[in-house]
Amino acid sequence: MPEARVIPIEGRDAADLPRRGRKAARCTALAADGERCRSKAVADGLCGEHLEEQERAVSRAAAPDWERKVAGALAFMRRRLTGEYDVDDFGFDADLTENVMLSTLRPLYDKYFRVEARGLENIPNEGGALVVANHSGTIPLDAMMTQVAIYDHHPAHRHLRMLGADLVFRTPVVGELARKTGTTLASNEDAERLLTSGELAGVWPEGFKGIGKPFSERYRLQRFGRGGFVSAALRSGVPIIPCSIVGAEEIYPVVGNIKVLARLLGLPYMPVTPFFPLLGPLGLIPLPSKWIIEFGEPIPTNELGSGAADDPMLVFNLTDQVREVIQQTLYKLLLSRRSVFF
Amino acid sequence: MTRVVLITGVSRYLGGRLASVLSADSSIERIIGVDVVPPRQDVGRTEFVRADIRNPIIAKVIASAHVDTVVHMSVIATPFGAGGRTAMKEINVIGTMQLLAACQKAPSLQKLVVKSTSAVYGSSSRDPALFTEGMEPRAQFRSGYGKDSTEVEGYVRGLGRRRPDVDVSLLRFANFIGPRIDTPLTRYFSLPVVPRVFGFDPRVQFIHEDDGIEVLRRAVVGDHRGTFNVAGSGVLLVSQAIRRAGRPAIQVPSPAVSVVGSLFRRAGLVDFSPEQMQFLQFGRGVDVTRLHEDFGYRPAYTTVQAFDDFVAGRGLTKYIDPDQLAEVERRLLGQMERRRPINA
Repeated sequence: MPEARVIPIEGRDAADLPRRGRKAARCTALAADGERCRSKAVADGLCGEHLEEQERAVSRAAAPDWERKVAGALAFMRRRLTGEYDVDDFGFDADLTENVMLSTLRPLYDKYFRVEARGLENIPNEGGALVVANHSGTIPLDAMMTQVAIYDHHPAHRHLRMLGADLVFRTPVVGELARKTGTTLASNEDAERLLTSGELAGVWPEGFKGIGKPFSERYRLQRFGRGGFVSAALRSGVPIIPCSIVGAEEIYPVVGNIKVLARLLGLPYMPVTPFFPLLGPLGLIPLPSKWIIEFGEPIPTNELGSGAADDPMLVFNLTDQVREVIQQTLYKLLLSRRSVFF
Repeated sequence: MTRVVLITGVSRYLGGRLASVLSADSSIERIIGVDVVPPRQDVGRTEFVRADIRNPIIAKVIASAHVDTVVHMSVIATPFGAGGRTAMKEINVIGTMQLLAACQKAPSLQKLVVKSTSAVYGSSSRDPALFTEGMEPRAQFRSGYGKDSTEVEGYVRGLGRRRPDVDVSLLRFANFIGPRIDTPLTRYFSLPVVPRVFGFDPRVQFIHEDDGIEVLRRAVVGDHRGTFNVAGSGVLLVSQAIRRAGRPAIQVPSPAVSVVGSLFRRAGLVDFSPEQMQFLQFGRGVDVTRLHEDFGYRPAYTTVQAFDDFVAGRGLTKYIDPDQLAEVERRLLGQMERRRPINA
């Protein structure tokens, strides 16, 4: 809550007043230039102009919550209309992400999926780190929920900068929104640029193999790409934070894949769920599963040295290690889960 | 060391400005400007030679004047003024080949400065956020400025190999902007209603014309061998730029973009080449660390400041006026406050 500007009612030092004589009582407030106001006092030792300002300040301090929200929304709208906001080199628009994207996803996070975020203390408060997570759920809601978890519940309120496939950036609207909300291309160049500039990056190395896998293979990790994320972390010397997401597999149980249609539309898969396309748009509503996002202990990479990234065996082993940690955590979380929906 | 500088493309805006800036430098003995039409702006003490760089005459000019520095600035970006794509390619590629052939034969030559473009990195969905000088384009060019510039750079590198004694500075400029320069993008942002590709909001970078001239001047007088990206720091989104210019935007779905583009081209409003379309879809960003650290120049204008200077300098009418909006906001807030009981 912003502090209201307090305008002294009795003057900065009350002893000042009598000395000056009451007949020519001057306004005791400070003018904009820091000098004393030169106007005559009307009431309470203030001139008409400052009295009004004081009243406004008092009432602003007492402004109900909704009014402050309206004021915030107005300011946001003005910034959007005039383009007065900052976008970083990756196209990340923090203003839009905080005010629109995160507040839209928040009800989904809190009320719908009732996400429980564990192990947030494993994410450093500052400096580069790479969050590596399992991917599932047909559409990347798991990535968005992880973003909300870290921004809302981590003490440093960090933005998770995600790495996405080039299909994302080829797709209209999706690509635009992805860039603005902090996603950039999953390539070594971008990953290293993010990590060396001290950002918290997130990667879902299973990619389309993970997110589009059938329901029967749920919680079974797919191949972790080519380990590019490990070499990026090694080159930048940042820790890898394994992240296991439980619950996202059940939002759209994929039972089939219309390959012909997928090929026609240039998509990696065209999912069939028990409700989609059978129920049409209704089938697009995700099932309200209960989610757990657990961040594991960071795996340090800085002691391996900068040459480690060029040792393919080491990269493979580290990739396997990260994958194994996530898989084991998934099994553990699944065992402790009471039911899919509660 | 005697300094005789030859500038190609001197009758174009940037060439002319560079010529007049170099005229003020007393360490430079002679400045020779070459172009096919005489310069319209003031070029100081520059000696104008009417010549086409596609013609072997250029070799005679270089040899007889003992030129030691060649600034190649006549690679053109649009077929608009050149009279078609074929002529543009001819000027760009054949012109450069002739010029470089002449350069190679000139024993007096010590330095070659080439104004290239960040368009050589192309523009696609597979692009990294920022291109460094060592990166290759991710998508193949079919035609256009980017392809021409890539070929020009190839010939320049070839000269660098054959004449290792010549210092070659290859400057890859982002899109120029400023109060006076006229480019397809400045025309685009000056349109009363700015069309943009539906669902895509590319990042663009600008270099202010003053900064661009300063970089070229430093490349001529200083010792800056190598390839450098030149752009103001930071990026702007096209939507954001349109808003900062106070213009309304309309979104055109990408299948219709080429139709709209050719309409604009035919109307003579803006030259939308297919390459330009690609750029308005995916944008581009370049890394300027090397410019800051190795070249030793930090542009005075960031991308945003350069754009704002363009808007202010052109006196573009802001249909959406920030001051008016702020006033509306203030009035709304004031009303809200007045409605509230003071002792609430």
